[in-house]
Amino acid sequence: MTTTVMETTPATTRESARRRSTQGAWRRGLAVVALAAAAVAGSLMAAATPAEAQLRITVTPGAAFQPMPIAVPQFSGDPALAQQISEIVASDMRLSGYFNVLDPGSYLERTVGADQTPNFNNWKGIGAQALIAGTVQRQGGQVVAQVRVWDVFGGSQLVGTQVGTSADNLRRLAHIVADAAYSNLTGFKGFFDSRVVFVDESGPRSNRVKKLAIMDWDGANVRYLTRGQELVLTPRFSPSSQQIAYMAYGAGEPKVFILNVASGARQLVGDFPNMTFSPRFSPDGATLVFSMQKEANANIFAMDLGGRGMRQLTQGAAIDTHPSFSPDGSQIVFESDRGGTQQLYVMSAGGGGAKRISFGSGRYATPVWSPDPDNPFIAFTKQDGGSFKIGVMKPDGSGERILTEGFHAEGPTFAPNGRYVMFFKEEGGNAQLWLADVTGHVLTQVKTPAGASDPAWSPLQK
Amino acid sequence: MFKSIALARGFKFAAVVATTLTLAACASQQDNAGDGAGGMGAGGAATPGSQQDFVVNVGDRVFFTVDSSDLTPEARGTLDRQAAWLGRYPRYAVTIEGHADERGTREYNIALGARRATATRDYLMARGVPSTRLKTISYGKERPVAVCDQENCWNQNRRAVTVLGGAM
Repeated sequence: MTTTVMETTPATTRESARRRSTQGAWRRGLAVVALAAAAVAGSLMAAATPAEAQLRITVTPGAAFQPMPIAVPQFSGDPALAQQISEIVASDMRLSGYFNVLDPGSYLERTVGADQTPNFNNWKGIGAQALIAGTVQRQGGQVVAQVRVWDVFGGSQLVGTQVGTSADNLRRLAHIVADAAYSNLTGFKGFFDSRVVFVDESGPRSNRVKKLAIMDWDGANVRYLTRGQELVLTPRFSPSSQQIAYMAYGAGEPKVFILNVASGARQLVGDFPNMTFSPRFSPDGATLVFSMQKEANANIFAMDLGGRGMRQLTQGAAIDTHPSFSPDGSQIVFESDRGGTQQLYVMSAGGGGAKRISFGSGRYATPVWSPDPDNPFIAFTKQDGGSFKIGVMKPDGSGERILTEGFHAEGPTFAPNGRYVMFFKEEGGNAQLWLADVTGHVLTQVKTPAGASDPAWSPLQK
Repeated sequence: MFKSIALARGFKFAAVVATTLTLAACASQQDNAGDGAGGMGAGGAATPGSQQDFVVNVGDRVFFTVDSSDLTPEARGTLDRQAAWLGRYPRYAVTIEGHADERGTREYNIALGARRATATRDYLMARGVPSTRLKTISYGKERPVAVCDQENCWNQNRRAVTVLGGAM
């Protein structure tokens, strides 16, 4: 009936910049190519050109917001693989908060493959605005998924892509597929193909056992990086996602270490007589900034990870900590109590020129700079009136917006696309990870096996 | 500047961290033991110069107000007694643990705990305890002794604990 035409060059110009840059390339065992429009008996001649009015969800702070209803029927092809991939794609889309994945029980067709044009009336009937359909098959040792995203009411194809990977990489394949759909339907970059490092918490509250753990962004695929014998805190990814800087209580005072995720090798950062803490990589990965305690005060230092030269970035009698770089690496936001209480300051990455940016009521802490250079935001923890809040503001301190408030919420980290923050909430000593989008419309828990705190989001995987 | 320890994932890694963590575990055990022994009459007739004597008859900890590392008059009284006791029993080295309550952010509380430990150490030094006998460590909000989500717990957690070490 139909033939899918595979091409190694883009059939349309509708791909995201990221997809374009990886067109036809292998990304750590993942091959991504564009798919030509399904050529179906002449009925879809316009499918390869952009629709006149792009189907797109708009998410604006303050304005009314409704998640877009979509359908994700099971992919055709290998049934076991198809079920897994469809479920992960549906879960990603749902967890993003921008999509209402309609109940598969309401679908008139259970399976829609990439080799057919959907019967749009079946999907209009249940109110789905977009449809994610696909086919997944084994080809030798590889798994290949062909995926199409359809504008149901416009009757046109929005995305056609093929992703191939080894069979042990299914979750990443599904996340990349979901990223293609998310990116097209929102206009934002995808973020599902990413990981989160965090601190797994177990044991009694007075003597908590804390382990470093890494997981897919959605809470699946948890792997432990330490065994809990030592207290570990505040892990942070390097830009390559292959290294994690964190603080550990070893012999004597706690120190900053760097752990290689793949090899398990770890190194002590520097050899200082004093406690070091609160590490963060620069966007190019060449520099590590952290706080060093001396007597009653903490100052921020930068270490060149190649030459190992040290530079002191802040001076004076205060607690200066939680440094985070701007995406271009030229500035650092940090918190300091130099003015009496914890507040946010921005300085040049070389140190100096620190300027306070937080002026609301209460205390501001744990600032992180969004990785998205086009939408500059700083997320923070705010303590005011006995409650904790997670919020965002512009780097000049304007436009403060509180995303959530509660008994205890702390430590936001940005998704690679800058649209979401993950943080932890704590009540009765039980810490859990949560996700909020920067507009404040989305607030949802990211489930983990045990207690979880100190999340740090990786960049998009390579 | 880098100490590189190449570790195979798993077993060797565990072996290395196991030794380092004994220290932290000991410290918090003593901390908890101190809480128990500090109760009314728990000590009974503690042997003078013993750990129990220090905890029960001297007091091993001082408390702080919210976001402060200032020593209260009560704290100074306790530290005066600690300094006198440590003068009488010079065989002990001590580690001063600084702690914060859970109502602060993680990194700040680590630094705040260090401030409290430093203030405590400085006071003991001013009262004649040699600096060579005094070490400090901060646990931030990681090791609360009282666990509830109310001020009557938090005010017990904002503390500096003088933990007796082995003979010098």
